[in-house]
Amino acid sequence: MEGEVVLLDFWPSMFGMRTRIALAEKQIKYEYREEDLRNKSALLLQMNPVHKKIPVLIHNGKPICESLIQVQYIDEVWNDRAPLLPPNPYQRATARFWADFVDKKIYDLGGKLWRTKGEEQEAAKKELIECLKLLEGQLGDNPYFGGKDFGFLDVALVPFYCWFYTYEKFGRFSIEAECPKLIAWAKRCMQKESVAKSLADQEKIYDFVLHLKKALGIE
Amino acid sequence: MSKAGLVLLDCWVSPFCMRVKIALNEKGLQYEARPEDLFGGKSDLLLNSNPIYKKVPVFLHDGKPLCESSIIVAYIDETWSSPPLLPSCSYARAQARFWADYIDKKVVFDACGNIWRSKGEVPVEAKTEFIEILKQLEGALGDKEYFNGDTFGFVDIVAIPLTCWFFALEKIGGFSVAAECPKFSSWMKRCLQRESVAKVMPDPEKVYEFVLMFRKMQGID
Repeated sequence: MEGEVVLLDFWPSMFGMRTRIALAEKQIKYEYREEDLRNKSALLLQMNPVHKKIPVLIHNGKPICESLIQVQYIDEVWNDRAPLLPPNPYQRATARFWADFVDKKIYDLGGKLWRTKGEEQEAAKKELIECLKLLEGQLGDNPYFGGKDFGFLDVALVPFYCWFYTYEKFGRFSIEAECPKLIAWAKRCMQKESVAKSLADQEKIYDFVLHLKKALGIE
Repeated sequence: MSKAGLVLLDCWVSPFCMRVKIALNEKGLQYEARPEDLFGGKSDLLLNSNPIYKKVPVFLHDGKPLCESSIIVAYIDETWSSPPLLPSCSYARAQARFWADYIDKKVVFDACGNIWRSKGEVPVEAKTEFIEILKQLEGALGDKEYFNGDTFGFVDIVAIPLTCWFFALEKIGGFSVAAECPKFSSWMKRCLQRESVAKVMPDPEKVYEFVLMFRKMQGID
């Protein structure tokens, strides 16, 4: 029923982690292939000729690109277990809206924290905290963004949790101090096997960024 | 269905608002389009309904706000199922979402913005990139009547409104979409024959006037 499932990925990518979590939630067996982004495989370039990026999900030889699109695809194809999007169209639209907000804001702002210094870094930190607070507000009294159950927006956001340590070290601040409810939510998610097995180790991410900065010539 | 149940906070020249109107027309739905004065002062309803971005379109369904045009179109499709705007096959749906996302990422700001926002002569690279992106979309269209296949659908709705800005881009950039991308141009004409689209798309000459005025306002001209 499953067919052949392959994921072209890169271990620190929060986008790849989303797809790993969705596959794990649905208990889908798949082949994980690590890409070297400085030397992209012929398969990656063939399967994602438009953007040439990971993650790429390949199902029965056919590629699906863009992490949120992959998560929706996985949810629709394996619709007999662990639903990620709610059945109600308004709740679906709300989940999509906030997942899109995460895509528009968190990655770039977080990146500025380790790529820049001084005023630019401070401005990014301020805006990142504001965005995380907005997201925290969406939780309300629920254990997950999906409500009682882990869902689409939880999958979209939780991979950033393993990058928070890096953001905090470079930005010299504590996300837990600013957004305690959000961190409580992240820790709750980490108790799920699908999340714990999919996220990278936060210290390894930090080391990766230190090396990346050197390689890119950023002080 | 009462018109009052469906309200669109609108702006005539916004391709994003046009997407929502086309989707509503395709579904045969009556709605109230309320024009927003984006320069004079946004309404309280807009600011309260879209506090995050404070932008149009905002679609209100019985008072409940929805923001971001592609998300609104998907909501309309899921709430009123006939005729379907997305294909029924999961893989084809993923492909449709991919191209809608590509259009939003590449066409809107990069390709179009680089042309109409440029001061002085439009750099060759901006024009080349724009044409390459349209050729990429031509590849996605293939031999199909519409991006959606035999029937007009989601990607067509996401893409067609941007084309009313092309006349302005052609005038400012000194190039012709029809000459460079004839297949894309044929698709555009095909879509414009649909009533749901023709009712909504403004005259490209009026869009050009608007772009010139906006450029002056921004100090580009």
